[in-house]
Amino acid sequence: MKLQFGRTLIAAAVLSLSASASAFASDITGAGATFPYPVYAKWAEAYKAKTNIGMNYQSIGSGGGIKQIKAKTVDFGASDKPLTPEELEKYGLTQFPTVMGGVVPVINVDGIKEGQIKLTGAVLADIFMGKIKKWNDPAIAGLNKGVALPAGEITVVHRSDGSGTTFLFTNYLTKVSPEWKDKVGSEASVAWPVGTGGKGNEGVANFVKQIKGSIGYVEFAYAKQNKMNFAQLQNKDGVFVSPTEDNFKAAAANAQWDKAPGFYEILTDEPGKASWPITGATFILMHKSQASPAQAADVLKFFEWAYASGDNMALELDYIPMPDSVVKLIQGSWKANIKGTDGKAVY
Amino acid sequence: MSKTLSTAPLNRHHLFDQVFRYTTLFFAFLVFALLAGIITSLIIGSMPAIKEFGLGFLVSAEWNPVTEKFGALVPIVGTLVTSIIALAIGIPVSFGIALFLTEMSPPWLRRPLGTAVELLAGIPSIIYGMWGLFVFAPVFAQHVQPWLKATFGDIPMIGLLFEGAPMGIGMLTAGIILAIMVIPFIAAVMRDVFEIVPPMLKESAYGLGATTWEVVWNVVLPYTKIGVAGGIMLGLGRALGETMAVTFVIGNAHQLHASLFKPGNSIASALANEFTEADGELYTSALIELGLILFCITFIVLASSKLLLAQLKKREGKVT
Repeated sequence: MKLQFGRTLIAAAVLSLSASASAFASDITGAGATFPYPVYAKWAEAYKAKTNIGMNYQSIGSGGGIKQIKAKTVDFGASDKPLTPEELEKYGLTQFPTVMGGVVPVINVDGIKEGQIKLTGAVLADIFMGKIKKWNDPAIAGLNKGVALPAGEITVVHRSDGSGTTFLFTNYLTKVSPEWKDKVGSEASVAWPVGTGGKGNEGVANFVKQIKGSIGYVEFAYAKQNKMNFAQLQNKDGVFVSPTEDNFKAAAANAQWDKAPGFYEILTDEPGKASWPITGATFILMHKSQASPAQAADVLKFFEWAYASGDNMALELDYIPMPDSVVKLIQGSWKANIKGTDGKAVY
Repeated sequence: MSKTLSTAPLNRHHLFDQVFRYTTLFFAFLVFALLAGIITSLIIGSMPAIKEFGLGFLVSAEWNPVTEKFGALVPIVGTLVTSIIALAIGIPVSFGIALFLTEMSPPWLRRPLGTAVELLAGIPSIIYGMWGLFVFAPVFAQHVQPWLKATFGDIPMIGLLFEGAPMGIGMLTAGIILAIMVIPFIAAVMRDVFEIVPPMLKESAYGLGATTWEVVWNVVLPYTKIGVAGGIMLGLGRALGETMAVTFVIGNAHQLHASLFKPGNSIASALANEFTEADGELYTSALIELGLILFCITFIVLASSKLLLAQLKKREGKVT
């Protein structure tokens, strides 16, 4: 109840903020996903210092971002989950990816060194289904010959809040496990068959650290900064890989962006020897038809600058920048899709 | 002479009085307007879910955002169970605190103890949540849960409550953290109402040879029962609606278990967790309906406590 009221207040505050912000033609406004918020904020700061054009980004969550852009209260929305080409068509929106990140299975098992445990997608799915209950289960032991696995029970930890991280993780599991696809599926939050929910990456990380024998999943940046023990995963080419920047880049490079209408490309289970199997991009949503082309041009100029000069800032925060070839495709799509009401291309 | 006694100032005063009166009336009615507004918006917001699931929403334990099948049973049970645990621990402890402060404490200890209780009431709930997760949960998992399991685990029926791995988080932990949070509220109210009992009543009872316990039980409590019930309701209200602290320690799983060691979910924490990323009309609407249910639970609790007090009052003075 109290919370409900609070939400309404926040929504009202966001609305009034964005309304007042759009009154100044120079500032651009966006709202949505929390995952890219740190890098958007950093870009905004650097861009403001350079051009004196501010970017006001409200990290209210992907669901909120989609709602806000549909209601046209912001210049752009942001979502971790791409909209399907049909949805884009329906709402008159276009989307493009900005940065990428990876999701990492993190574990807390006695006597296991960092990256020592290897898992396949199918085994990972069975663990999260509650079918594999012990660390020394033959399915795990078979992949890890020579590793002394303890007999303890596995405790599954998942996100309790809706999240793009969960979407990527479950999207990967649906690709590698038909049973997962049938029984659970893939969304920002799902009906978990087993396990305990932690709020946010930090919540999952804490539960994993505290509960012996647990396994969870967090953003790569979070696992790296907290030096968490992770499991290697087998990718589509059958190679066991560790979560590293190079392996995320490999997954992105192997994706066929040019064949994905509306950039609807989820980078899970990509082919390639070095590809990390749970990689994903975060997306920007804009209206195709712009009542104020100058404002839309400002937004696109901001992202043009970010693709050109923001890579190092992204890398510092453990995000993976988009490859240059993909950036070219994105800029081509701006020209083709985002137009003023007079039909002239904005970019 | 009569001209000096002008009626102008009087009229002005009268006008001021009227303005003042209507302003306060307006503020008072603002409360009604807010309440009605909130209820209306909750009902409108939850209409799609009400139409889709009907009354089955209340008894279905399924919560699946992928297939968009929603039921409120798990969060309702979680909310009630954690609140009941909180009160079961909180009421006796608060009563003890209030009793000690008003009847037995040496005067020099009263102020620091009372201030400490009030300070506890002022701590933001997220601090309790963080403390619960980082400090309480590990200790609880290592020392208390194994003991509970060893002591009660083999008793039929009761043993079911303590099944499962001791993780330190779950329904029981959430209930205990809530108890710690409601104790200062209930204790502070109880102390305040115990203090207003006329000394003459107590002294008469002591004069008749009653013990401290008899005085409290037969004189102080009957005299202050409305205030005491009010304090308990205040605590219950906080326990039912508490969001952040519960989210940290309840485990946030939409699963129904008999065991208190297992993770569960409460209405407020489900809302806090899922609202931001809830896309799709039905999902959002199901969450709003959860809010409406919490509103109803709180209303029912409040109404039934008033009814109970009215019943008690009616029986007063009759032979027991």
